Amino acid sequence: MVARNRAAIASQGARPSELANMSSTVAISNLTAIGRPRSVLWRKARESAVMASLGLCGLFSITITLAIIVVLGTETVAFFKLDDVSITEFLFGTQWSPLLGAEKHFGIWPLISGTLLVAAIAMLFAIPLGLITAIYLSEYAPYKLRSILKPVLEVLAGIPTVVFGFFALTLITPSLQWLHSGFGVYNAMSAGLAVGIMCLPIVCSLTEDALRAVPRSLREGAYAVGATKFDVSVKVVVPAGLSGIVAAFLLAIARAVGETMIVALAAGSSPKLTIDPRSEIQTMSGYMVQIFLGDASNFGPEYFSSYAVAATLFIMTFALTVLGHKIRIRFREEYQ
Amino acid sequence: MTMTTTHQTNNTNMADPKPTPKITVSVVPKPKATAAAQHTPQSPPVKPNTAVKLRQFNAWYGQTHVLHDINADLPEKHVTAFIGPSGCGKSTLLRWVNRMNDLVPTARATGEIKLHELDLLSRSTDVVDLRRRVGMVFQKPNPFPKTIYENILFGPKLHLKLNKTESDQLVETSLRQAALWEEVKDRLHTSALSLSGGQQQRLCIARAIAVGPEVLLMDEPCSALDPKSTSAIEDLMAELRKTYTIVIVTHNMQQAARASDYCAFLYHGELVEFDATDKVFTNPQDERTESYITGRFG
Repeated sequence: MVARNRAAIASQGARPSELANMSSTVAISNLTAIGRPRSVLWRKARESAVMASLGLCGLFSITITLAIIVVLGTETVAFFKLDDVSITEFLFGTQWSPLLGAEKHFGIWPLISGTLLVAAIAMLFAIPLGLITAIYLSEYAPYKLRSILKPVLEVLAGIPTVVFGFFALTLITPSLQWLHSGFGVYNAMSAGLAVGIMCLPIVCSLTEDALRAVPRSLREGAYAVGATKFDVSVKVVVPAGLSGIVAAFLLAIARAVGETMIVALAAGSSPKLTIDPRSEIQTMSGYMVQIFLGDASNFGPEYFSSYAVAATLFIMTFALTVLGHKIRIRFREEYQ
Repeated sequence: MTMTTTHQTNNTNMADPKPTPKITVSVVPKPKATAAAQHTPQSPPVKPNTAVKLRQFNAWYGQTHVLHDINADLPEKHVTAFIGPSGCGKSTLLRWVNRMNDLVPTARATGEIKLHELDLLSRSTDVVDLRRRVGMVFQKPNPFPKTIYENILFGPKLHLKLNKTESDQLVETSLRQAALWEEVKDRLHTSALSLSGGQQQRLCIARAIAVGPEVLLMDEPCSALDPKSTSAIEDLMAELRKTYTIVIVTHNMQQAARASDYCAFLYHGELVEFDATDKVFTNPQDERTESYITGRFG
């Protein structure tokens, strides 16, 4: 049988020879005879140089981070050493009035509450909308639409935040006032919404990346047992991409907490311990802008207080980053 | 490099050099086959019912014509294997039977595929319902990143309301049918990703049969598994064919020979030969089939 087949392949025309693999008959020459050797010394020197410069680059960012921590730390310590400042008041006080009159109060909570209020409003807006948009882009949108929508979103991410601040003042605040007369010229709601718009591309883009990283085979497995597109998106893709999604959310929260220009423009500058989104508030970053733009005399307690505020803000965002990292590791699914 | 000799050890019964008369069981209504339809003693005496019927089926991806005029009757409650070299269209054919190709925007098809009386290509066919009737197991095990228990119930819960007792029962039955129950019964609520590759693949089979399909499509289910797991899956298929119509795509000729009742050889998008497996392997009617199964190309 075999022999007959071979003969058939040899004797017949195109079809059998197309079926049989062509065997290669190229002679193998001695390749070591070609070319001249490169310098070993040069190779080793180059590797060392590359390694050293890469190491320096890595070291650079660590150094900068450490330098920031040192500056924040020393200035914060200096602030707490001042006469009319107590660390207990700073940590537990509910009044922040560093600029007014004779009696100055340095209780951090009004600034923290303002910051969290703005961040909460921003996230209530950005997380649902960003998640839904990401699901749409990743699971539903036709290829062409996605190729338009995604760059548009990324343009939104590139807009300077001061523009969002103007946008809040000139459009969002008047709209809010038109809807409800209780809103002030400066209010937490307007700033929060603007920060939310600013965070939307981050949430959406990173979430979409996380969803698209879910292997196609999982989607197919779900479709194969009769799942609809909605079942697949909500019951398979989102849970499978959860670690990336949560990491995206936390990054967005960190951005919202640290956001400065929008809140400096739209949220006002009166620290208040409140959860009323209609009222004027001040965030930690907003306070620092106020101080460094010259409302305070240099080297007074209010000047040093901004370092303590900055340190608090740093600790908050740092905690969020660490939390994000932990969550990413905790929920990471390993696919082959 | 041609591998003309190494693959032939398993085809010892092909040594007979005499040209055999052209006899084909009429599983395929190929003109050639129907013309000379006679039953030889070793062929199945009773023609099984048809589960999936293909008539003049053509499929495209964009401008690429992948399948040409496929006509075949896939028998009910038997294992049918699709074999053929890479790119011959066997996976495409399989993925049309449960309309998985709907997920590929450029895929389209003409002709007819029928699951019993249901016209699969009709616009009015509900794909969700179809996929409940035609399950699928994929090349790589793809359990969801959920517990074993949740994996099994994922499909049924889409279609049924289940209480705790029914859920437990369904999970146990499915896992028993997939020959996995004994191995996982004590850790049903651990992640499915903690199972070995072979166990994951059996879990995927359990997940597929949990929705009560009639047909089970398997797209190279063993290609990512070691020999031991492969043999477990093959034993499982032998058991499952009593209940389900199984269609398997495989690159492994020995697997097709061992595990299937019927075998279809596809080449360049054409159905070259479709017959009882022992006939295809011992007495192929087409020269291309013979070349392929003896490992001369592919």
